[in-house]
Amino acid sequence: MTTAATAEEIVDYDEALERYDPVMGLEVHVELNTATKMFCGCATGFGADPNTQVCPVCLGLPGALPVVNEKAVESAIRIGLALNCEIAEWCRFARKNYFYPDMPKNFQTSQYDEPIAFEGHLDVELSDGTTYRVAIERAHMEEDTGKSLHVGGATGRIHGADHSLVDYNRAGIPLIEIVTKPLTGAGERAPQVAKAYVGALRELLRALGVSDVKMEQGSLRCDANLSLRPKAAGDENQDDVPLGTRTETKNVNSLRSVERAIRYEITRHAAVLDKGEKIRQETRHWHEDTGVTTSGREKSDADDYRYFPEPDLVPVAPTRETVEHLRGTLPEAPGLRRKRLQSDWGYSDLEMRDVMNAGAVDLIEETVAAGATPAGARKWWTGELARRANVEVKSVEDFGVTPAHIAELDGLVRDGRLNDSMARQVLEGVIAGEGTPLEVADARGLELVQDDGALEAAVDKVIDANPDVAQKVRDGKVQAAGALIGQVMKEMKGQADAGKAREIILAKLT
Amino acid sequence: MNSDITRLSAAELAHALDSREVSSVEVVQAHLDRIATVDADVHAYLHVDGEGALAAAQAVDQRRASGEDLHVLAGVPIAVKDVMVTKGLPTTCGSKILKGWIPPYDATVVSRLKAAGMPILGKTNMDEFAMGSSTEHSAYGPTHNPWDLTRIPGGSGGGSSAVVAAYEAPWAIGTDTGGSIRQPASVTGTVGVKPTYGGVSRYGLVALASSLDQAGPCTRTVLDAALLHSVIGGYDPMDSTSINAPVPSVVEAARNADVKGLKVGVIKELGGEGYQAGVRARFDESVALLQEAGAEIVEVSCPSFDYALAAYYLILPSEASSNLAKFDAMRYGLRVLPEGIDDPSAEQVMAATRDAGFGDEVKRRIILGTYALSSGYYDAYYGQAQKVRRLIAGDFDRAFGQVDVLVSPTAPTTAFKLGDKLDDPMSMYLQDVATIPANLAGVPGMSLPSGLAEEDGLPTGIQILAPATKDERLYNVGAALEKMLVDKWGGSLLAKAPELTAKGA
Repeated sequence: MTTAATAEEIVDYDEALERYDPVMGLEVHVELNTATKMFCGCATGFGADPNTQVCPVCLGLPGALPVVNEKAVESAIRIGLALNCEIAEWCRFARKNYFYPDMPKNFQTSQYDEPIAFEGHLDVELSDGTTYRVAIERAHMEEDTGKSLHVGGATGRIHGADHSLVDYNRAGIPLIEIVTKPLTGAGERAPQVAKAYVGALRELLRALGVSDVKMEQGSLRCDANLSLRPKAAGDENQDDVPLGTRTETKNVNSLRSVERAIRYEITRHAAVLDKGEKIRQETRHWHEDTGVTTSGREKSDADDYRYFPEPDLVPVAPTRETVEHLRGTLPEAPGLRRKRLQSDWGYSDLEMRDVMNAGAVDLIEETVAAGATPAGARKWWTGELARRANVEVKSVEDFGVTPAHIAELDGLVRDGRLNDSMARQVLEGVIAGEGTPLEVADARGLELVQDDGALEAAVDKVIDANPDVAQKVRDGKVQAAGALIGQVMKEMKGQADAGKAREIILAKLT
Repeated sequence: MNSDITRLSAAELAHALDSREVSSVEVVQAHLDRIATVDADVHAYLHVDGEGALAAAQAVDQRRASGEDLHVLAGVPIAVKDVMVTKGLPTTCGSKILKGWIPPYDATVVSRLKAAGMPILGKTNMDEFAMGSSTEHSAYGPTHNPWDLTRIPGGSGGGSSAVVAAYEAPWAIGTDTGGSIRQPASVTGTVGVKPTYGGVSRYGLVALASSLDQAGPCTRTVLDAALLHSVIGGYDPMDSTSINAPVPSVVEAARNADVKGLKVGVIKELGGEGYQAGVRARFDESVALLQEAGAEIVEVSCPSFDYALAAYYLILPSEASSNLAKFDAMRYGLRVLPEGIDDPSAEQVMAATRDAGFGDEVKRRIILGTYALSSGYYDAYYGQAQKVRRLIAGDFDRAFGQVDVLVSPTAPTTAFKLGDKLDDPMSMYLQDVATIPANLAGVPGMSLPSGLAEEDGLPTGIQILAPATKDERLYNVGAALEKMLVDKWGGSLLAKAPELTAKGA
């Protein structure tokens, strides 16, 4: 039984980079969001009761046969095109044979030496403003396995478990595996390149609309391969130095983890190599909580999956017309689109990053199109709604608030009908399903009092009631006016323009 | 009346049912009675579903009585090889590893039989997972040849041919991966057809070798085979390798048989050395009859056929090793816990179950296939075999450029004695030397009784082969030859078979 990880030696990151050149290979598995599975008509929804989305085909019952999901092939081609890949004119599925309880047929129907897409690249922007070109080796189609739940052990892994349960709902979900070539020349930027690549890929897949790309739900999964080789000496070319032994780190389930896991493995590899020892070729498990990897299964190049062409399926042979048609459906490249929108909207780099992180680019675009100002649209989507989404672990789209709602709300504020706190209350109402912002404002009687007389009377009343504070303001402590404004707003039951109240107070006291 | 009913062909039964001379319940009951009388000796059924068959028959009779428009074959019962999954009926593939498994779904072939209103009498015996040419590799004991109970009925589908030959069913579904419909037909004096690959859906056929397997009819007449072929054939979206085209016009071909002017090629490589004298003699006579009927006979060479057996025994085990991986005790079927291990892992349970659940022939082929697919050997074995496969397809293409159909003996010998070849796999494998090329190339083939060998008085068969999707040519030539042979014999060949009686009687 494996218990908590024993800490392995590591060296300082900068020291490691002085002596070694990191080489990465990233394998990303993307679950497609097709309505049905890769080879059968079962539903693919996340979170259904175990073993309720299964049939003879995805359970691998004797006699059952696969039929390729055409929509999944289309998605695969679109992903390939978006990654600047060649699209195969003719390719086959293959069987990858190995025994495991969560694999119903004890072979995975995948692609081997004939991937649907190959030889592409994705340019990723790094925070220092440079661009790194990630060379894509291939993108191929395959089916997901079932999900094992190991019960009764300390680690949730099979070792030490009392028994295991298998949910086959996931078995047969379409997957695209995107494999990079060995990524060299990133040097100390390697962890950042890895994170930026997975982030850019996620953005691209989201723009394509082919996947939910939720790393936390496993619809985007990254295996990070890393090896170190000595830094080239003298006039030796770094590319001529042979690659070192690699490890493959699994369970890397967030962008931050991708960066941390690569960084950790660089420091761990360096420590092993510094001692003159060899790296064991193995899979490593990333532990988000402790920030370390632990040894997994030993993996050798001799792993023999006995691949052969899947005889139950016919070759996939997309016509060039189909490929060109699908090319026509590609969205604007996310990087270019981002630049265009940032310039149109006049956002700072920081503001734009907030928008990206909130996943609100499309929403803001629609909100602006519906009449909101870019600043107003950003304020609501990346402010109040993003905050709520964060607290409730939801997406900003999940509140039933539409771009049209936000545009209307923004209009009400701009027209002076609502102040900021009233607008928040209106938004509450919209989220609660009480109607459009205008309907909520009417129903709740939320409207700024436009009558200056009433406001002045309230100001006078507050000044009289707070002579000490008023005196401070008269003495030049302008910030003390805040306390008076608060009182005035209270007096007005919130239905006043705070800016105006401040103006009147200051006019009376200074 | 009962014994008469079981002697009728399926076409005759369909007619008698349609004209209400007999009810489906009577037909089913007659066959159940026959099974009760002879199957203890023949052992052709692994499972008889009397209750289900009678219920289905009763439903058809009621629908007929109420004046419903029924399928022409409605009410004619059938037996199904135990490699086809049947909802609610045990399906073992002749293996211990599937003992007790009740499939939750029907194979497409079975759905089509049910849709036509054909009661299913039961599931027929077979070599385990269709590996063998004698049914001796069934985990449930061999089937005996109705012509001589000490002999094999062929295989793997010996059960399906034997039930037909012993009048335990009017007809049956078989499957043919390298000859498993045709060779049993040959040694039991019955008709068997392997349709064009993709002509009949494989959905629900428990795969032996996916690229070779094909279901087809086992019958007593060519017309019956055509009728059954047209029920089970045709496109199925559940099978990616299914041909999306109408079923060839096989029934018309069987009814209007005429070989005048037809070019018939005799395959030079099949029929010489290694073929029993009586098999060769009956084959030559059949060819002579075709010539008399106006067919033009030419000799055709297919040189790559010499490598067919070797290629087949690499491709089949390779695919089988992967197809049979799913039998792992995790979800269904047998589960055996390893001895002497307190807390076995899933892998240990898988290994113990597969060791206990698979027979020697299955293990032999899984080992062969695993080896042939291994990295470092793949190109030399699986890769080379695929090249041979293309050469064989090329031989067929060239041959069919010259002739309309090809003919050869179906099997090199008549039925051998039970136990004779059990310790000699190579000799067993040679039984399929003439039938395998058709599976490798995907072309259709038929075996038709050609007579009795004088040296042992046992049935011999002639094989007819046609180009892919031209299945109707088999029925044209087969029906024409059948008519001439039956005229010559003065009745069906099966009428010459010894009468089977109840065990001990």
